[in-house]
Amino acid sequence: MEYVLIIIAAVFVSNIVLNQFLGICPFIGVSGKVDTALGMTGAVTFVMVISTLVTYLIYHLILVPFDITYLRTITFILVIASLVQMVEIILKKISPPLYQALGIYLPLITTNCAVLGVAVLAVQKDFNLLGSTVFAIGNAIGFGLALITFSGIREQLDLLNVPARMKGVPIAFIVAGLMALAFMGFAGIV
Amino acid sequence: MNQWKNFSKGFIRENAVFTLFLGLCPTLGVTTTAVNGLGMGIATTFVLVMSNLVVSLIKNLIPNKVRIPCFIVIIASFVTVVELVMKGYAPVLFDALGIFIPLIVVNCLVLGRAEAFASKNTIWSSLVDGMGMGLGFTMALTVLGAVREILGSGAFFGLKMISGEAMLLFILPPGAFIALGYLILLANILKEKTT
Repeated sequence: MEYVLIIIAAVFVSNIVLNQFLGICPFIGVSGKVDTALGMTGAVTFVMVISTLVTYLIYHLILVPFDITYLRTITFILVIASLVQMVEIILKKISPPLYQALGIYLPLITTNCAVLGVAVLAVQKDFNLLGSTVFAIGNAIGFGLALITFSGIREQLDLLNVPARMKGVPIAFIVAGLMALAFMGFAGIV
Repeated sequence: MNQWKNFSKGFIRENAVFTLFLGLCPTLGVTTTAVNGLGMGIATTFVLVMSNLVVSLIKNLIPNKVRIPCFIVIIASFVTVVELVMKGYAPVLFDALGIFIPLIVVNCLVLGRAEAFASKNTIWSSLVDGMGMGLGFTMALTVLGAVREILGSGAFFGLKMISGEAMLLFILPPGAFIALGYLILLANILKEKTT
């Protein structure tokens, strides 16, 4: 039950994009089409879950015992950067179709603050190993939900008669604001 | 290169937030008050100037293939410095900015300038570029923070300006998106006027 609550909280109540403001760059950048949004969601889910798991283990097995937790930021970003590279190489070898689908999105993930953010938050919130993994999965679902819904709206938005200066990013932000407003309706359910 | 042009481009013409749309996560996340926006801007500016300086100093020593990991390590070191200094000397601000301090590492603006500018230009130009872009970023965050603070809590830099009910929405997450959307619109109009 505890884990179900973690997922519901991460997906709806404190949605990583619309409430925590992490991963805004891909949210605005690759949300033009539903297909690309799906690809990005797949790549982020993959990397987010693995990197949270690995950084959790490194933090509790290396950084805490040696009392060097101030190296957290450097360690985590290096782990994520090398994981992204590794995932890319492994995928290329074992699943070329998946590599083709996620290919261009993988390198972008290194600088996606949602991945580093979830890894740091999972450590800060003192979850156990299973809790951290569930937390990462929940946040990945939340990211996907926000990104895919938003890209659906943006596809429709292209057909509308938006004032010239509002076209593109400004109107996208207003739409995101209204989406965030809708998500606030979930506040307090957990 | 004309250094003044290099310095001033970060304010409107190539402003990180309003024109290039870089570093949007902290822009939206911390700007509930003008002070938080200013603090975040200064922290990012420090990291940006120092990483630009170091990257342009050692640009000829870094093999091309591993340049991105090298840049990230340089940036992460300065972020750790900021983290420790802020924790020690400005604990209130440190708590208010929270997760967004370690996340300066993945601020696309910092890595973007290292890759696009500092790794190709002289030390002096990189320093000026870092300062200009950083101050432009600070300005954008402070303006957004001030707008949200005035509309959302009727105060300006913590001073109560308007008595009575304010529009709480602008302190909450949706207000951040809406306020930034309209500020980008204003910046677009400003750019059309000046060119």
